[in-house]
Amino acid sequence: MRFAEEFRSRELVKSIADRIRQKCQKQWTLMEFCGTHTVSIFRHGLKSMLPDGVKLVSGPGCPVCVTSKTDIDKILALCDIPDAIVATYGDMMKVPGSKFTLAEKRAQGADVRVIYSSYDAIELARENRGRKVFFIGIGFETTAPSTAAAVRRAKEMGLQNFKVLSLHKLTPPVIGALLEGDCAVDGFICPGHVCSIIGAKPLEPIASGYGKPCVVAGFEPGDVMQAILMLVAQLEEGRSEVEIEYVRGVTYEGNSNALKIMEEVFDITSSEWRGIGVVENTGLVLRGEFADFDASPYVPQQIRSEPDPPGCKCGDILRGEMLPPDCPLFGRLCKPSSPIGPCMVSSEGSCATYYLYARSEKWMNL
Amino acid sequence: MDEFIRLAHGSGGDASKSLIEFLVGKYLKNPIVESLEDSAVLEIDASRIAFTTDSYVVHPIFFPGGDIGSLAVNGTVNDLAMVGAFPLALTLSFIIEEGFSFEDLNRLMESISRTARVAGVEIVGGDTKVVEKGSVDRIFINTAGVGMVPEGMSISSGGARPGDVVILSGTIGDHGIAVLSQRQGLRFETTIESDTAPLNKLVEAMLEVTHDIHAMRDPTRGGLATTLNEIASRSQVGIAIDEDKVPIRSEVLRACEMFGLDPFYVANEGKLVAFVPESVAPELLESMRKVDTGKHAAIIGRVTAQNEGIVLLNTRVGGERILGSLSGELLPRIC
Repeated sequence: MRFAEEFRSRELVKSIADRIRQKCQKQWTLMEFCGTHTVSIFRHGLKSMLPDGVKLVSGPGCPVCVTSKTDIDKILALCDIPDAIVATYGDMMKVPGSKFTLAEKRAQGADVRVIYSSYDAIELARENRGRKVFFIGIGFETTAPSTAAAVRRAKEMGLQNFKVLSLHKLTPPVIGALLEGDCAVDGFICPGHVCSIIGAKPLEPIASGYGKPCVVAGFEPGDVMQAILMLVAQLEEGRSEVEIEYVRGVTYEGNSNALKIMEEVFDITSSEWRGIGVVENTGLVLRGEFADFDASPYVPQQIRSEPDPPGCKCGDILRGEMLPPDCPLFGRLCKPSSPIGPCMVSSEGSCATYYLYARSEKWMNL
Repeated sequence: MDEFIRLAHGSGGDASKSLIEFLVGKYLKNPIVESLEDSAVLEIDASRIAFTTDSYVVHPIFFPGGDIGSLAVNGTVNDLAMVGAFPLALTLSFIIEEGFSFEDLNRLMESISRTARVAGVEIVGGDTKVVEKGSVDRIFINTAGVGMVPEGMSISSGGARPGDVVILSGTIGDHGIAVLSQRQGLRFETTIESDTAPLNKLVEAMLEVTHDIHAMRDPTRGGLATTLNEIASRSQVGIAIDEDKVPIRSEVLRACEMFGLDPFYVANEGKLVAFVPESVAPELLESMRKVDTGKHAAIIGRVTAQNEGIVLLNTRVGGERILGSLSGELLPRIC
């Protein structure tokens, strides 16, 4: 077993597509929460294989896209601290703050390093003891445990110059927040990587409380198509349950070690989501005993961020209320090479994905 | 227009294109440079001379399957070969950082002379500059080259026609992944080697079969996807590619998945893509496969009159989507 090839076979994907077509009688709108799913759907051309009754919309599951402009401005402010090294994952580099992107800040001389793991930032702090290393902790429950592990490691090593700006976000409560708004989604393709940490259990309030079926899906084309089939079956049969398609990666209870270290290092707080607003219980801050490693005290108190450029519809797109091509800026003023909104920046942002994989009208309207 | 140069301006994708259009369109207007081909073709008396230059800044300078020296020779030889020219001579210029070791310089010169011998070109001139520590990263190389274009030969990126088949000379993504595997902080064990190689012998073998090559390019920075898009837009045609026909090593595919890269955008340094009439394709493929750099040559798609300027991909699982050009920065300093 190679864990990927089986889920990429043309015969398998086609047979699932046939079953979706047979099962689907009504019109259903499904949201793929996660940007990795959006990319998989587009990259494999899955929309072209679905019946007209199944419409897919992208959700807010791209960590870069939902980071508020104020938070980007905070990172930019950290760059201005003398002798600071800002260590970040690469996809943050191009997100526009009020005035600049991190890439532009680096071009102007700031010491910004692209890293691939939280432990690379620990290494930077160890090699540069005389300088402060600000690690930008970003991502959902998938990356939060590795940030937590780095903080604990820094404490063990007594690395006082290692500081974390925690911009981490939690996913299940934000799905609830979307459903409180104008989001006309019938069911959710839920993020396999997030659920490999938290398990499928935290999705229960969505299925039972809001009556929206949830299926946790893997990322291969066969996984995504199977999850769509399971959602269509639930909807056509009038069920609303939490199901796991990605059984090879996800359990109902989740990864207890990862959950434990998150709990040890972080407290849950509210968090500002771009396009959605402040959502209770969706943010993570360092607990008191790790305060020495918190970058927040280094961020200037008064950051006044500029409003989004006129016409930018990232908020509507992140809430699943608009598709990227319907934004007046899409493909004209806003492109991956000169992005205006964050959804055009990240390689997993829904606008960037539409732009790369579905630029012409025929494919956009699928 | 941007206020500053960003790394994306060197990535080979959309930003590079807009930078070149700005430089050429604003300051260097003339029909030869505006054609934006891999080499300029100059008519001097009765001869047609191809002329090109390229600079190499790859990091690290030694990588599996090659080094900055072999890359500098092959890259310029290939730019000449892509317009159907027979490479004649190169110049070689170094910008070296103070403190660079003679041991490494020896290694590079050995590699450069070996590569030039394989390609059958002479290095006839050059230049050396040494700069203070920190002014460049170890060593940068520039090569320029001239070649002779046979009479009647006219290969450009704008000549693809509906009905043409698309031939790719081998596997994609090897160079980019080989370089990536050596990067600081990313090092991973791999057997993947760069495909850096001179393509002039392969082109000669192709020209022995037919001169009816409508368009040709070597897909370097920006990868195969970006090159196909350039050809679709300059030739004003549509291109349909079958994903399962595109040769790719499984190790390269795995590495791409691990790093979230799409192999269609990863750089190659020893591959070409050619657009030819379907009737000559079988014989052409047969002769390409006899040359080492063409042994995995395959037909990967065809040219259509519909969907002008667009490259479509029939995906491995049976779906259909657009294969766009690279936008933004994939990996800096890949060549």
